[in-house]
Order: sequence, then C-alpha cells, then structure tokens
Amino acid sequence: MAKVLVVFAHPAFQRSRVNRALVKVAESIEDVTVHDLYETYPDFLIDVRDEQKLMEEHDAVVIQHPFFWYSSPALVKEWLDLVLEYRWAYGEGGDRLKGKILAQAISAGGPEDAYRREGSNFFTVRELLAPYEQTARLCGMGYAQAFTVHGANDLNPAALAECSQRYASWLSALCDGSAPLWLDSPL
Amino acid sequence: MAFESFFAQAFMYLSAALVAVLVGKRLGMGAVLGYLIAGALIGPSGLGWVGGESEQITHFAEFGVVMMLFLVGLELQPSHLWSMKKQIFGLGSLQVLGSTLLVAGAVMAFGTGWKPALAIGMILAMSSTAIVLQCLTERNLMKTEAGQNSFAVLLFQDLAVIPIMALLPLLALKQAAGGHGHGHGAAAWMEAWPAWTHPLATIGAVVIIVLVARWAVRPFFRAIAKTQQREAFTAAALLLVISVALLMTKVGLSAALGTFVAGVVLANSEYRHELESDIEPFKGLLLGLFFLGVGTGIDFGHIGRNPGTVFGGAAGLLLLKGGLIFGLARWRGSSCGPALIFASALAAGGEFAFVLITLAAGVEVFSEDVSHTLVAVVALTMAATPLLIMGSHRFTAKGMAEAPKEERESDVRDDGAPVIICGFGRYGHAVGRLLHTQGIESTVLDNDADQVDTLREIGFPVFYGDAVRPDLLLTAGAARAKILVIALRDPALSLKIVEVARKHFPHLKIFLRAHSRREAYEFIAAGEERVYRETLDSSLRMGTDVLRMLGLPAYAAHRAAKLYRKADETFVRRMVAHRNNRATFMTAARASQAIYEEVMRADPLQSADEAWTPPASGDGKDDMVP
Repeated sequence: MAKVLVVFAHPAFQRSRVNRALVKVAESIEDVTVHDLYETYPDFLIDVRDEQKLMEEHDAVVIQHPFFWYSSPALVKEWLDLVLEYRWAYGEGGDRLKGKILAQAISAGGPEDAYRREGSNFFTVRELLAPYEQTARLCGMGYAQAFTVHGANDLNPAALAECSQRYASWLSALCDGSAPLWLDSPL
Repeated sequence: MAFESFFAQAFMYLSAALVAVLVGKRLGMGAVLGYLIAGALIGPSGLGWVGGESEQITHFAEFGVVMMLFLVGLELQPSHLWSMKKQIFGLGSLQVLGSTLLVAGAVMAFGTGWKPALAIGMILAMSSTAIVLQCLTERNLMKTEAGQNSFAVLLFQDLAVIPIMALLPLLALKQAAGGHGHGHGAAAWMEAWPAWTHPLATIGAVVIIVLVARWAVRPFFRAIAKTQQREAFTAAALLLVISVALLMTKVGLSAALGTFVAGVVLANSEYRHELESDIEPFKGLLLGLFFLGVGTGIDFGHIGRNPGTVFGGAAGLLLLKGGLIFGLARWRGSSCGPALIFASALAAGGEFAFVLITLAAGVEVFSEDVSHTLVAVVALTMAATPLLIMGSHRFTAKGMAEAPKEERESDVRDDGAPVIICGFGRYGHAVGRLLHTQGIESTVLDNDADQVDTLREIGFPVFYGDAVRPDLLLTAGAARAKILVIALRDPALSLKIVEVARKHFPHLKIFLRAHSRREAYEFIAAGEERVYRETLDSSLRMGTDVLRMLGLPAYAAHRAAKLYRKADETFVRRMVAHRNNRATFMTAARASQAIYEEVMRADPLQSADEAWTPPASGDGKDDMVP
C-alpha cells in the first residue's frame, strides 16, 4: 500500500465546514498522514528539512486547500517555493520526488459548470491547476486527477456526507495505486 | 608674582592655540600648520610675546607626544602590530640607515669631517611622529598604505633613537666630554652598573609594562569604575601614562615607546574607549602646545644671517630624504601616489632631532653654530611637513580620482561597527547576538564593571563606559555608526543618552528599550519612534499559546496576537498626551478601548463577513470559499 501525505492549508480553519469534514475523513484512513501547514507554521517559518523528510516518507502527496482566487492560500505557495529545492526536487541530482504522485483536493464556491468556456470562470479546473501539474512534471512525479468539491458554501448535511464519502474513496484509490492520473509518472 | 606670569603665559599660548586652530582650519591647511605659524609669530624672533621659557614649554609639551603614542597603541590590536613587523623593521631600518648615509655623504661633500657628518646624518634621519601622525589623521590617511608605512617607519625611529643616543658621544671630536645632556640615554643612576646590565634593565622595564598592563591594570580600573567617580578614572588614566613614561625614562628608553607598548597591551581591554576619551583632551592640548613650542623655536635671526645654508640645507634634506623614501616605497611595490604621500610625510626632520642636537652639541660633536643651523633646518622642514602632506594628497587625489575612494570604503569595513549597543544585560545581549548571527558587529558599552568582566570572560568584546558622555560615544565610533541601541534598565539614563546622541550625532537611528508603558510614554513624548516595551512580546507569546491550548487554530492565535500588538502600539501613542493628567488619562483610556475592537474587527480572521468567507452563491470571486 502506498502511503499518502495530505498537506492541508486553510488560514481560517475555525470557520471552515467542508474542509473540516474532509480532514476528519482523511485522518481516519490508515495509510494517510494529515499535515496541517497553518497549524504547524503560523509564523510562516517553514522547516524545509522536516518537510522534505515527510515527503520522502510518503509515496503520494495531496495538497488539500480551499481554491482561493483560482489558486492556493499563501502558505502553500511559500511551502512549494521553499521545500521543492533545486538538487532535491529538481535539477542536477534532484530526484527525491521522482516516481511519487502529486494530487490536489480543492473546495470551490462556484458550481461545476462555471469551470468551462461558457461558464463564468472560463477555464476548466485542470487548466487552472496547470502550474501544479507542471510542478509535478518537473519533479518527475505523476499528477492524479484532482478531487473537487463545488458549491462548497451551500452544501447541505447530506451533500457534505456524500462529499466525505467521495474523498475517502479518492484517497483509498491513491493508496492502492488505482487512482486515475492526468499525468503519468515517468517510472 | 609667579602665578601672574604663569597665567599671562597660559593666556598667550591658549589664545594663540585657538586662533591657530580657527585660522588653520578655515584656510584648509589643518591645525598643525596653524600652530607652527602661530608659534613662530608669538615667539622671540617674531613678535616676542613669549620668550625664553618656550624651550621648557616644548619640553613639557613633549608629553603630548607620549600621550599620542599611547592612544595610537590603544587603537592598534597586537595582532595588527605583529602583521606590520616587516614594514617596521624592513622599511624602517632601510629608511634610517639610508637617510643617515645619504645625508652624511652630502654633508661630507661640503667638506665636513666624517664624524660630525655621520652625527648630522643620524639626527636628520629622524622624522616628526607628532606632526606626521596628526596631519595624516586630519586628512583621514592613517589607514591607507601611505599612512601605515609612515607609522611603521616612525615606530622604528622611536626604537632607533636609543642606539643613536648611545653612539653620539662616541662621535665627539674630543673624547670623554661632559655627561649626557637631559638625562636621556642610559640614565645617570644606572651609570655605576656594569654595561651588560643596561640592556637587561631595558628589557625588564618593557616586560614590567606588559605584565602590569596585562594583569594589574584591569582589576585596578574595575575597582575605580565601581566608585562611579569620573574624575577618579581620569586621574587613574593619567597616572598610568605618567608612570609608564617615568619608568621608561628611568631606564633611558623613549617614554613614547613605553606608553605605546602599554597602549597596545590595553587595546583589547574593556576600558579602551574610556581611556581614549579621558586622555584625548590632554593629548590634544599638549600637542598643540608642542607645535606652538616648535614654532617659537624657529630663530629668524639665525636664518637671516645664514639664509643660504639654512634654506639650502632644508631644501636639500627634503629632496635627499624624500627622494630616498620615495625610491624605497616604489622598490617595495607601492604605486606612485601612496609613495609620494609617504615620502612627503617623512622627508622632514623631527622633534627627536632637537634632543639629539642638544646632546651632540653638549659633547661637542659639532660647533654651536652648526647646531643653530640644524635646529633651524629641522624646524623649517617640520613646518613644511603639513604643507607637503597636503600638497601630495591633493596632487595624488587629483591624479587618481577613483583610487582614494576605494580606500575610504574599505576603511569603513575595517574599523566601523555599524551598531552601538548601550547596556548588555539580558535585553541588549539578545539584540547583539542576533545581529552577530547575521555577521553584523556591534560596539558594546556597559557601565557595570562586574557585568563587563563576566561578559569578557565569556568572550564578548564589551567595553566599560558611560555612554552619557559624548566623547565616549565618539570613541565608540558614533560618527561612523548607523544605529544606536539603548538597552538600559534606567529610563532617566536612557533619556540622557538620547539627548546627547541627538545633539552630537543626529544621523544615528536610535532604538530604545522601555521597561513599561510609563517609560514608553516618556520616550515617545521625547520624540523617539523606535520604542520597545520589554515584556510586551513575551506576554503576547504566552497569550498566543494559551489561546492555542484552548483550541484556537495556531494561525488565528498568531494573527490575534499581532493585531493586538498593533492596536496596543496605537493606544500607547494616543495616550502619550494624557500621561501626566490622571483625569483625562482615564477618560482617554476608556475611549481608546475602541481602538482594540476596531483593529480586531478589520481582520478577516476575527470577523465573519470578510475576504476568506464571502456570502454564498454565484460566480467569479465566490471561489474565495472554505
């Protein structure tokens, strides 16, 4: 079984509903480790070595976050900037992530049909996540199909339960290697 | 009335000194030249306002040279001195030997016998430590290649005077003339000792100085510093210099050399800056007097009777010695500019010459007439030295506009810590160590002698000193530093330092430690912006952790504390105006509570309807969602 690391980032966790439920699900799965960035680094002082070690100990890395302004909260960007070092993640001798899987689990306010040419957001989710997909490519990682929750502000309890269930199977698929990929790993 | 004549003389010298400095600086020729000219004007052959006592005064004022070398020593780390050994002994010995032979040869060419010629050569090989160092410092040239070379050679000359004094009587025309003049050379009380003991006594004296300066002076100063009596410290500093000078003269060594050694040994000590600021005014005054004395010693009558010999001799000396030194410097790889400054600094005669001339005339190495000519030549060339240094500096600065600039920048890196920290207790300590981790050095001052002692034992370069004194701030590098950190417990003392720094060093950015709000009010009211309450950050950190323990997410707690601090700083600044009126203070305090609520509400994390959680529905920006 592959081990999955969920790198979670939400700057206002105390008011989040969807992500709270998703984190709870993730924590209940045996091969999944949840790592809360805003809880660990409230001052943004990221310990690069710790983070790298954590990634080395896992086979897949899920970045779970609200889809703020078609991207991640600020701390995720800081984390990518610092942790994915030259000679470690990419470049000369930088092969420590090679063969691993990168994936994203995002919650978005807009409905699913807003993410197409005819919709208000014009681009598809995959198009908007292009920087992350390319990051995976540069690091020699595969990139799994993203997990998305749409209309996250209006979910009723039943819909929320359905979402949690969907997240559990998505994570399990990553664990047993059956998750569909947008980008195959080179290995 | 002895006092009356003393006061009259003091009046004459002091007013001449002041006029000399003012006019000299205004004309851009530096204070030294001003002193020399003023001395010549008031001297016996000028207006005759001061008379025969000028020689005594010069003699007394030579103590200024002694103090100057003590201060030079204080500025010089022993390791730096060691790294200069090649210049001192290589360049120095070549200069002294070469100049002696060259001048002696020239004098012999005019038909003088070899013995007096050799004596004249040795006498004129010496240069003026006082004038050269003072002029180079005035022009900020001490740290340049030319300055370092000049200093090295002057140091060697100080050493060379001792054997020269021993040699001069041997060159006498009539052997075994009277005793040594002035008590220079091997001192009278040692005369009865066998000859081989003299070098031993000399070495012993130097060893005593090093040992005392190294082991005894610091506990002594610490005891005095604890009394908190400033004048006691000044007295102790003077006592130190005088006793070293006395010991050196007793064994027939140059007093300047002895105090220089004592200075070097104390260069690493915590009392360095305090000693500097205590000795500095005495040195300045005495040196001024010394230069005035040299000026008064110029005998215009003698020059008038033998203009050809005196002016010819002076010009010849400058050309021969200057040429030789220029050649030496070029041969050792200096470029033209520094070599020219170096040569113009050392070409002239020096104050040692006066001593040596008196000594040589005393044992009849040459006639009275020759000694008068020599004194005139030396005094004239000494007076010309500031002009020569000024000229060569301007000439080279014009020729190579970019080179001196580079030198200046490296100066700043060499000797100027950008930060001065006053008070190195728990608070200043953390500041200094943080800066140190970033490769930024600080000059640290503390007025608690025990604390300084402990810190130095651990290995921190802390100096004892009372930062309220502007002169101490200056020697600590306040003119060059950018930032002054005042990390003292005592708010009254902090305010005094702020006042002094604002007045004398307005360029300094001041950072202040405040014990509590009360002090913070006072500092802000005094116009200071960078005020740090010492317990605020620690208590907010604790508050943050309490919030986390109660279940608030870390980032929310972190932001809450930051916001609280922001609100609190605003609050404190608003309350400053009411700090002395209890009634309005209370009213304002109640009203200001709103500040905290305002600031807190402005944060998306603290309220429910802001950026990170927009209302539901729709498109575009609605993606800002949990």
